[in-house]
Amino acid sequence: MTIRSLLRRAGSRGSTRLAVQHWWLQRVTAVALIPLTLWLAVSIARLAGANHSVFILWVEKPWNAVLILMAIAIAFYHLKVGLDVVIEDYVHTPWIKVTFLIGTTFVAILIGGASAFAILRIAL
Amino acid sequence: MRRSDRPLSPHLLAHRFQWNMVLSMLHRVTGVTLGVGTLLLAWWLMAAAAGPESYAVVERFVYSIPGRSVLLGFTFSLFYHLCNGVRHLVWDAGWGFDPRIAAAWGWIVLVIAVVLTMVSWYLGYAFRDSP
Repeated sequence: MTIRSLLRRAGSRGSTRLAVQHWWLQRVTAVALIPLTLWLAVSIARLAGANHSVFILWVEKPWNAVLILMAIAIAFYHLKVGLDVVIEDYVHTPWIKVTFLIGTTFVAILIGGASAFAILRIAL
Repeated sequence: MRRSDRPLSPHLLAHRFQWNMVLSMLHRVTGVTLGVGTLLLAWWLMAAAAGPESYAVVERFVYSIPGRSVLLGFTFSLFYHLCNGVRHLVWDAGWGFDPRIAAAWGWIVLVIAVVLTMVSWYLGYAFRDSP
């Protein structure tokens, strides 16, 4: 028996607001990705069959570069947050879970970073 | 709260089978698929940055039958995750919890995703100027 409230005990675990923030960021990135995905899908469909120089010319256009960079940043963040939930749901052994959580974060940053670098290299 | 009292994660095999469940799982499956697909996306962009020779390698893969199959799967995953994601956002806003409405929208979302996949591939072939 304890006189400490449940909230106080949960608070000491340091996770109370983190989960809400995690949930909220997943939704905010999802909303941002709706128009970005539709724009990207139409753009890529229009680029079907384009050779290297046509593709480079498309990426070099400032607004295209900006929107692709935003799509990359938000999509990889959304991916990382989404994979977190999947891993937390299905992987229960603590050290394997943490390894997966850290691993997917590193891979998402590596692949997202490479994609963003490629766009900057072409556009600048 | 004891460890055993904590809420349980979604179990995949403990429930009676229903189509809603498959559509819900498909959201996660397509999400993970898209995650793996970003490797292809990064390869494509890095190759474009590296130059025409590297880009030609990606082109050869994308235009091959296995390449087109992967891209078709990626396109469907993208549109299903997008449409079903909107369905989830509507639920988050507190609407559409009536079981019949929720089930109906599951099918509508699936149909919209298939239609969007077909439309985008039609556009791809229509805009294409080289094989």
